[in-house]
Amino acid sequence: MGKTLFEKIWERHVVREMPDGSALLYIDRHLVHEVTSPQAFEGMRHAGRRIRRPELTFSTMDHNVPTTEDRMDIKDPISRAQVEALRKNCREFDVTLYDLGDDHQGIVHIIGPEMGLTLPGLTIVCGDSHTSTHGAFGALAFGIGTSEVEHVLVTQTLLQRKPQSYKVEFTGRPTPHIFSKDMVLKMIGTMGTAGGAGHVLEYCGEAVRSLSMEARMSICNMSIEAGARAGMIAPDETTFEYITGRERRFAPRGKDLERALAFWQSLPSDEDAEFNRTLVIDAGSIKPQVTWGTNPGMVIDIDQPVPGPDSAGGYSRADVENALAYMGLTPGTRLTDVPLDVVFIGSCTNSRIEDLRLAADIFKGRKKADNVQVLVVPGSQQVRLQAEAEGLHEIFKAAGAEWRYAGCSMCLGMNPDQLQPQQRCASTSNRNFEGRQGKGGRTHLVSPEMAAAAAVAGKFVDIRKWKEEL
Amino acid sequence: MKAFKKHTGILATLNRSNVDTDVIIPKQFLKSISRTGYGPNAFFDWRYKPDGSHDEDFELHHPRFEGRSILVTRNNFGCGSSREHAVWALAQDGYEVIIAPWKEINGERVNAFADIFRTNATKNGMLVVELSEDEVDIIFEHVEANHGLQATVDLHEQRVELHVDDKIIFNFTIEPGEKKQLISGLDDIDLTLRFESDITRFEETHDPFFGR
Repeated sequence: MGKTLFEKIWERHVVREMPDGSALLYIDRHLVHEVTSPQAFEGMRHAGRRIRRPELTFSTMDHNVPTTEDRMDIKDPISRAQVEALRKNCREFDVTLYDLGDDHQGIVHIIGPEMGLTLPGLTIVCGDSHTSTHGAFGALAFGIGTSEVEHVLVTQTLLQRKPQSYKVEFTGRPTPHIFSKDMVLKMIGTMGTAGGAGHVLEYCGEAVRSLSMEARMSICNMSIEAGARAGMIAPDETTFEYITGRERRFAPRGKDLERALAFWQSLPSDEDAEFNRTLVIDAGSIKPQVTWGTNPGMVIDIDQPVPGPDSAGGYSRADVENALAYMGLTPGTRLTDVPLDVVFIGSCTNSRIEDLRLAADIFKGRKKADNVQVLVVPGSQQVRLQAEAEGLHEIFKAAGAEWRYAGCSMCLGMNPDQLQPQQRCASTSNRNFEGRQGKGGRTHLVSPEMAAAAAVAGKFVDIRKWKEEL
Repeated sequence: MKAFKKHTGILATLNRSNVDTDVIIPKQFLKSISRTGYGPNAFFDWRYKPDGSHDEDFELHHPRFEGRSILVTRNNFGCGSSREHAVWALAQDGYEVIIAPWKEINGERVNAFADIFRTNATKNGMLVVELSEDEVDIIFEHVEANHGLQATVDLHEQRVELHVDDKIIFNFTIEPGEKKQLISGLDDIDLTLRFESDITRFEETHDPFFGR
């Protein structure tokens, strides 16, 4: 029987099989940020341990960092202490750090691919659940907790039970104004927020093949929102072109690249590989998606009314009532009728250059509505520089949006970018959990085009009709 | 690491599914560089009113849960962010065991706990117990009917016993490796370092820059 992409990578990384069925798995890349690492470094210090492979460990600041002009001066003393702790730890343990102020600083899941740290066939971990993003390259990438961060730092391995495999096939082609964000939200709505638990998803099908690397990353990024351990896409010409098409600091070159390409081409799942579960979604029938509730599975088509306790499938009455109360919505409401307060374009889900181009295309020659504050936060300083080279920042500014520096920003509001209680936000991020963007804040997840159009209209619009009417 | 063998304590119920780690410990508390001090901030947004006072309406604040150490909740507990701070917060708030139901959706089994949360719990000596929805419903009913109801959770025997007159016992399954780790309480970095020669040998032929 053939093997899946996941199995091929898994088998290459097993250092030792354990009697209980788990495996000691070798880790090729360890990405580290300021929030989930300090306790791991502290544990190493107490035990007198060192990092086994500091040259495979890469670090940046993203969660806490301010995104405003004065960002170098972190005013919150606790955030500042955490950022300073990472600087100290990286110095002491000899880890490469892309510090605040560096041209390569940014959200850890944006800078990894950008610098060629993310490559097909690798095992990649980070103390962050959105590590699944890197799976878009055909890498096995997943989030870990701080105890596991320490384990990887010391041993360059993790003890893991082998997850099961789950094939998600998107057939057909998405219609205009339907993006990978809509595809993955549709999937989470279908599968549920725990539907992928214990599994590694492999996204395939014509609709996935046709996507750019940026769009593929948005899909893999949200695998965790379906509860999956990881999400992957087989490497192909699009992948190779992304890696080799421009200067990427850590990507192989010359003879190394030839060897690497031969290896990468061997990775896609074999024709006769079997998956534990399969889900088929017709990409051609997907409409613009928008979340109405307090988890990413509580999602509807933009032209559907907000469901009630009896019409929201898969959720208990109590869950739906709690979600509606928190979101300040009543069943039957059209989200296109509900005014917004904030629009956030950013996060490791949708802050890459393509996302910003899509948003800029909507903002061009238009102004944001008076009732909304609009934040455009590039995922990395490289994305920021690229956007500025293309003049996108001028479009955002002319539209009345705030053009920021790189970081996680309002995706989780660990920095000063937060929603106020009851503020309603159209967000290109990944989680609409209670309090995620700020205590009492109400988040609706959408694609970058939907978010930008909402900023102009001051409320949600059906992007398909809205574009036609222009 | 703290070992877990057997625990007897008061049960408290939280009737919510998909409780995410952002709710268990909100972002502002992740700025700490310490492993302690999270207990009073568990479920912060549900637990305190905007003015900072205790919210008596929060279901875990019911007086009958005074002294509780076993949390009984619904499916997909601990989803979302990988933050281990969620486990630290629950442990430091006095929870030793968490019980939740697995569920069947579209004919497929859906785990009771999110993957990363489960791993994080085990690494901190906290036992997560997966029961059926019917079994968890029965626990909810008995907790409702009996103030301060206690249970004994025995990891060695893999069973939960409710302290009610007619003795209700539920058996649970657990991965052998996870059970062994919890019972031994050994540091898993120490355990892995016993295989250091295997890692070194693996590195002789493995190129981590290409993953081959």
